Amino acid sequence: MNPDATPMEPLVAVEDVHTYYGKSHILHGVSLHVDHGEVVGLLGRNGVGKSTTLKTIMGLVHPNRGQVLFAGKTVTGLPAHKLARLGIGYVPEDRRIFRLLTVMENLRTGLDRHGMSETRKQELLDKAFAYFPVLAERRNQAGGTLSGGEQQMLAIARAMMLEPKIILLDEPTEGLMPRMVSQIREIIDVLHRAGVAILLVEQNVPLTLQASGRVYIMEKGVVRHHAAASDLNVDDAVIHQYLGV
Amino acid sequence: MGIEHILAAIPWDKIIIQTVNGIVTGMILALIASGLTLIFGIMDVVNFAHGELFMLGAYIGVVVLATSGSFWLALIIATLVVALLGAALQITTLRPLLGRDPLTTILATFGISLVLQNYALWQFGPVARKIQEPFTGYFTLFYLEYPWYRLLIAALSAAIIGAFWLFLKYGKYGVWIRATTQDRVMAEAMGIPVPWVHTGAFAIGAGMAAASGVLFGPLVGVNHTMGLDWILKAFIVVVVGGMGSLGGSIAASIFISLLEAYASIWASPAQAVIVSFVVLILTLLFRPTGLFVPTPK
Repeated sequence: MNPDATPMEPLVAVEDVHTYYGKSHILHGVSLHVDHGEVVGLLGRNGVGKSTTLKTIMGLVHPNRGQVLFAGKTVTGLPAHKLARLGIGYVPEDRRIFRLLTVMENLRTGLDRHGMSETRKQELLDKAFAYFPVLAERRNQAGGTLSGGEQQMLAIARAMMLEPKIILLDEPTEGLMPRMVSQIREIIDVLHRAGVAILLVEQNVPLTLQASGRVYIMEKGVVRHHAAASDLNVDDAVIHQYLGV
Repeated sequence: MGIEHILAAIPWDKIIIQTVNGIVTGMILALIASGLTLIFGIMDVVNFAHGELFMLGAYIGVVVLATSGSFWLALIIATLVVALLGAALQITTLRPLLGRDPLTTILATFGISLVLQNYALWQFGPVARKIQEPFTGYFTLFYLEYPWYRLLIAALSAAIIGAFWLFLKYGKYGVWIRATTQDRVMAEAMGIPVPWVHTGAFAIGAGMAAASGVLFGPLVGVNHTMGLDWILKAFIVVVVGGMGSLGGSIAASIFISLLEAYASIWASPAQAVIVSFVVLILTLLFRPTGLFVPTPK
């Protein structure tokens, strides 16, 4: 926990953000927030701007209007590497493992930071390997040779190396076998118990409703609905309206 | 004609001499091409000023050698000064162009090369300067007095490339460079200061070019156009080796230099250069991803 952040203000706040890719207007004024240690779900059909919202928070795309606040300070326009150092971990949709780097080297990209002692690095590695024993087994294997599920674990473990206050998780269960899905589900709970906030973008509605405290539903680049996850049910009209299959 | 006639017809002595020559030139070329391929791999910049950084390194070597009398000091200072210059050039000219059309960086580096060439002409004049080799021993290779210094160049180039490889493999910043080369965006998201990694990589590439300039200086005269021949060959090597592949560039440097060396047994050295272009054209026709990289899936 960050002692200088007032617990009252949200950890991450997105305020009326408009983001463009070239000339296409993707986000039309998105507002949402995530409190310290909170798991928040972000639902919506494909192409409504969920991933772009995460990228905007991460500083990978910069909004033309609106602002992003981290622990009460505006961070709009900061480069991604500074946001990562502030404590935002990013697990992208396509995992983006460094394919030619070994598992260990992938983890090192987040570990070799200023002011990290060797013992602290080892603690973080031990923790990640305890969660994901398969990564310990494959530590000297190239990231590109891992299976999809293992790559997803590596992507999450890699983000954990930054000791983030929040992790932006983009469709972590996409294309995974059911056994892997439940493992990802468990790791979300573990991170939650450890006090890490999570902004979870998912297509898997039941999983999102179980894992999250609150849920935002997006459509066409704006947030249309916002509710406590416990108040929503997979069969609700609002779920059908915005996510219906 | 019997097999012994064929064996007897092969000029073994020449082949051995040319193998040694080919390896020496190949190692120098590999040192230049490593920097070029590092820079291309990490920021997609084709550095047309690379030959001028090589030339500038040689000139700084001339100046330091003249004032200090130490070849080794000249080698170190030229490397460091050109690395710093490279960093400054990258920050002022290339960093603002990141993510733009590749044509803009080609024009920018080509502009830098013209400026550096004409600066050298203005500062040092058209007459070639000489760098005195650090020692002048010879050994007998068949009918030749072969200078030890040539073998030293090959060994030193190999040592620098080896050190660079170890740094990439195990160094903290080496891992940053490899991560950024593979996925710039994800490297940023992992907290790696990508703009500075780019600057650092450019500085390293520039320093390696300068080191090869000083090492090679004693074999030829140092003049303001000495970068041109090398840069052309380095580009061929980078393409033949597989754009951005360090191991590929090194293998291609030695391969092409050996081919040219063997060709010059029967042709004049000027004609032997054709071999490089033939290899380049064949590579582009039949294996455009490069000869020395695994087949892409």
